[in-house]
Amino acid sequence: MKILSRIYLILIFAFLYAPIAVMLLISFNAGESTTQFMGFSLRWYRELFRDSATLDALRNTVILSVSAAVISTVIGTMAAVGIDRMRTRWLRRSVMIVTNVPMMNPDIVTGISLMLLFVFAGRLMGLSKYLGFTTLLIAHITFNLPYVILSVLPKLKQMNKHIPEAAQDLGCTPLQSFFRVELPCIAPGIITGFIMAFTLSFDDFVISNFTSGTSFETLTIHIYSMIKKSVKPDIYALSTLIFATVLIMLFIYNFLEARSERIERMKANADIKMESNIRKLMRRRRDKSDAQKQGTR
Amino acid sequence: MSGKRSFWQRAAAAPHMVWSVLFIIAPLIFVLYYSFTDSQGNFTLDNIKSIFNQKYVVIFVNSVTLAVIATLICLVIAYPLAYIFSRMRERWQKVAILLTILPLWMNFLITTYSWMTLLEDTGVINTILKKIGLNPIHMINTPGAVVVGMVFCFLPYMILPIYSVMAGLDVQLIEAAADLGCNSFKILTKVIMPMSVSGVVSGITMVFVPSISTFFISQKLGGGTFQLIGDTIEGYFTGTAINYNVGASLSLILMILILISMAIMNRYTDTEDTKGRPML
Amino acid sequence: MKIKLGSKKLAAFVFIAVLLALTLSGCGADNVLYVYNWGEYISDGSEGSLNVEKAFEEYYFELTGETLDVRYTTYPSNEDLYAKISGGGSEYDVIFPSDYMIERMISEGLLQKINLEAVCEKYGVECLYSYIDDNYKGLYYDPTDEYSVPYTYGRVGIIYNKEVVDEADIGGWDLMWNEKYAGKILQFNNSRDAFATALFKLGYSVNTTNEAEWREAHDLLLQQKSIIQGYVMDEVFNKMESGEAAIAPYYAGDYFIMRRANENLGFYYPENTNIFVDAMCIPKGSRNPEIAALFINFMLSEEIAIENAKYVFYASPNSLVYNNAEYREFMGEEAMEVLYPENFDFSGELAKNGFRNLDPETLALISSLWEDLKITGGIGTGVYVVGAVVILVIIAGITALTIRKKRRARYE
Repeated sequence: MKILSRIYLILIFAFLYAPIAVMLLISFNAGESTTQFMGFSLRWYRELFRDSATLDALRNTVILSVSAAVISTVIGTMAAVGIDRMRTRWLRRSVMIVTNVPMMNPDIVTGISLMLLFVFAGRLMGLSKYLGFTTLLIAHITFNLPYVILSVLPKLKQMNKHIPEAAQDLGCTPLQSFFRVELPCIAPGIITGFIMAFTLSFDDFVISNFTSGTSFETLTIHIYSMIKKSVKPDIYALSTLIFATVLIMLFIYNFLEARSERIERMKANADIKMESNIRKLMRRRRDKSDAQKQGTR
Repeated sequence: MSGKRSFWQRAAAAPHMVWSVLFIIAPLIFVLYYSFTDSQGNFTLDNIKSIFNQKYVVIFVNSVTLAVIATLICLVIAYPLAYIFSRMRERWQKVAILLTILPLWMNFLITTYSWMTLLEDTGVINTILKKIGLNPIHMINTPGAVVVGMVFCFLPYMILPIYSVMAGLDVQLIEAAADLGCNSFKILTKVIMPMSVSGVVSGITMVFVPSISTFFISQKLGGGTFQLIGDTIEGYFTGTAINYNVGASLSLILMILILISMAIMNRYTDTEDTKGRPML
Repeated sequence: MKIKLGSKKLAAFVFIAVLLALTLSGCGADNVLYVYNWGEYISDGSEGSLNVEKAFEEYYFELTGETLDVRYTTYPSNEDLYAKISGGGSEYDVIFPSDYMIERMISEGLLQKINLEAVCEKYGVECLYSYIDDNYKGLYYDPTDEYSVPYTYGRVGIIYNKEVVDEADIGGWDLMWNEKYAGKILQFNNSRDAFATALFKLGYSVNTTNEAEWREAHDLLLQQKSIIQGYVMDEVFNKMESGEAAIAPYYAGDYFIMRRANENLGFYYPENTNIFVDAMCIPKGSRNPEIAALFINFMLSEEIAIENAKYVFYASPNSLVYNNAEYREFMGEEAMEVLYPENFDFSGELAKNGFRNLDPETLALISSLWEDLKITGGIGTGVYVVGAVVILVIIAGITALTIRKKRRARYE
């Protein structure tokens, strides 16, 4: 059974990493082709750093996805808190349904519906230039929001509702209690949401394709426009670098997390020790008083 | 005091609600508006009527068929995988999940090109097959190749939610079932499966929706020899004959189709709205 | 996965993220020029070539003392360009549409006149428009040359693999319908270009408004569908270079790029074939038409034009380019002959075989016939059967679940 599951794991990961392996290999290609490997060279890495259009597109993509992820994390976390406290059932339900819409809707529908809105609003305001960074940012925040909200909400549900109340009874203002007590509790959900939002923005093509304008070209749009001439291996080199960066970051993150967990565990152990010490003390006292009672009898 | 506090906390959802009205509901109203008007802005049902002809029915059927197959394959692959993940030691679980997420970071345009390199008649797989003396298989420019591309792109979205439900399962529950005389097959069907339904449902949503509307993968891996709904809608907004109205009606129908199938699925699986959503 | 982080760390995290976004966003220049071009259609500094974008920024700074930021973005097809320009909401200063698209844009009032001479006078630079060969002036789409300055031109030809294709079979469009090479033929994945191959084979005009002729072309393409490998655009490079496919129609200049990777490739022009000009234009909404005109003039200067011509590998209408000895040597004799044929009546050919802007009805017909072509044959009955089985299984599953649920409800 164990061997079977091992083989299965290897097969699936082979499937998931086969195209990435091809990408890695081609990025070191000496030739111009993206299908035939003609020998090892770093040619395309050199080319990449001279290709200002691609680097600009990369920079734009990073700016866009970081801003979209930050803003949607802030709005989304607030929304999750609000939704969690909502008592009117129909309101809560309808907010949840609307929140789910960008997730249920195919990207292409979200993209064109936003484009139609932007075109209409732009004409209404008499602007000649409105598709650009702002519209892209709005679009990206819109499709990121549900992912953030749905990562934070479960953490809020798991949280003990009495803790913030206790904090406020002890003299915290509501704001203080939120930032000092609740936020640390739901932080894992927030970070998960942030990372998801960033990932989705970074790789989005369909929605960006419909809502982008002149000045601001993201990486996926840039690659898509190479459709008449051919895609060059320097894009593969870029993808390889992105792959390596993400790999390293994920593992550093994993390492840090493991470490902080170990510290937590140690703290918890200490707590248990303390608790057992208190229990011992209490037992001793009870024994004593029992003895005294018996003595008096 | 308490009332005031909760009022402010509830008000925290206000920016999101305003945002939703402006950028989720309003755009959909525009889709509706364009679907039911002609290019002059007069009310008409012609766009909707024109969709119910044989051509678009074929396109819809093709898209749904490929998406359903891709989703099923993802489910079949992901379910045991998520189970295996959830039974690994905790440290390895994390590594496995990281490795599952990592391909999502790769630009899907580039990975699709890489799949072309892999699947072509003169590509990597067939070269290897020839070298070990097997007959080459024709894969590129077939619906199968498109399904492979979709499964690759969306498989992580199936694995993650199922895994997060399975990892959250109470081990004591499974032990209890074993104590009560269940064999491992029964544990799987009577305990694990019913409890992981919510993960499966959100996984299916996250795979089915993007695969029904995909348009780049079908052009590149399918050799452009068949047309899917995503290609068609895109064509109405950027192609030779631009027609926002028909494009909007197609989107509307696609949206309704997806919402109906999601509603049916949710009805028969009664899941909570937030349970089993993908967690990293 | 659980992540334990205090709110302080969270705040630091957000702060760093915002900081990163801000530092990356760069700082503004005095002027911004938005250039919107085809992908990979300008010399961009790779392989030791010149980066035209940067070169113009420097040129502008030396000329005026002001800084300029060239924002260069790209599009994949004329239709995408048109969608962006006509849809509004975007502002561009220089665009590179093809002939028929220029005609359409002029007729819809989307372009503005280019005052090249006045601008050159203002900046005190030599106006280089006179170096454009007279053959490429006064063309049908812009008879007075007020709206466009030609950038490249070329013709579609058939690229074939000499190892696979018999010399006896080459010569006309028939090669693309030759069943001997079934499974080895590629076709354009672009409705107008694909229909053009069929219309040429039939001997009709590519700009016909006769519905019957378009339908006939559609039937011919349908007949071809069973023997072609696929409808492709940029994939043609990889597929021809690796030998995956053996016959493909594409632009003459691209053939020479492909041949660098595969020496077995051959090329010929069928008797009647599509011809195009891509020209530089300034759209109506441009806020900096003068800088845009200066950019166009800069693109005509000898060094820049040669760099671009070498990079793109299409023929240049600029006499500074094709008379340059170094350029001729770089291209080689064969490329010069293929790309710059002698005694070629360019304007006559363009009027006859170039694409024209068609009326909306014909465009709608083309796109509808194109969809018909794509869906016929479909995805194969086998796939439908699999799909149907899957759907049946799902329905069965749902019914089983409901029945069980009902039973349980009754039991309780």
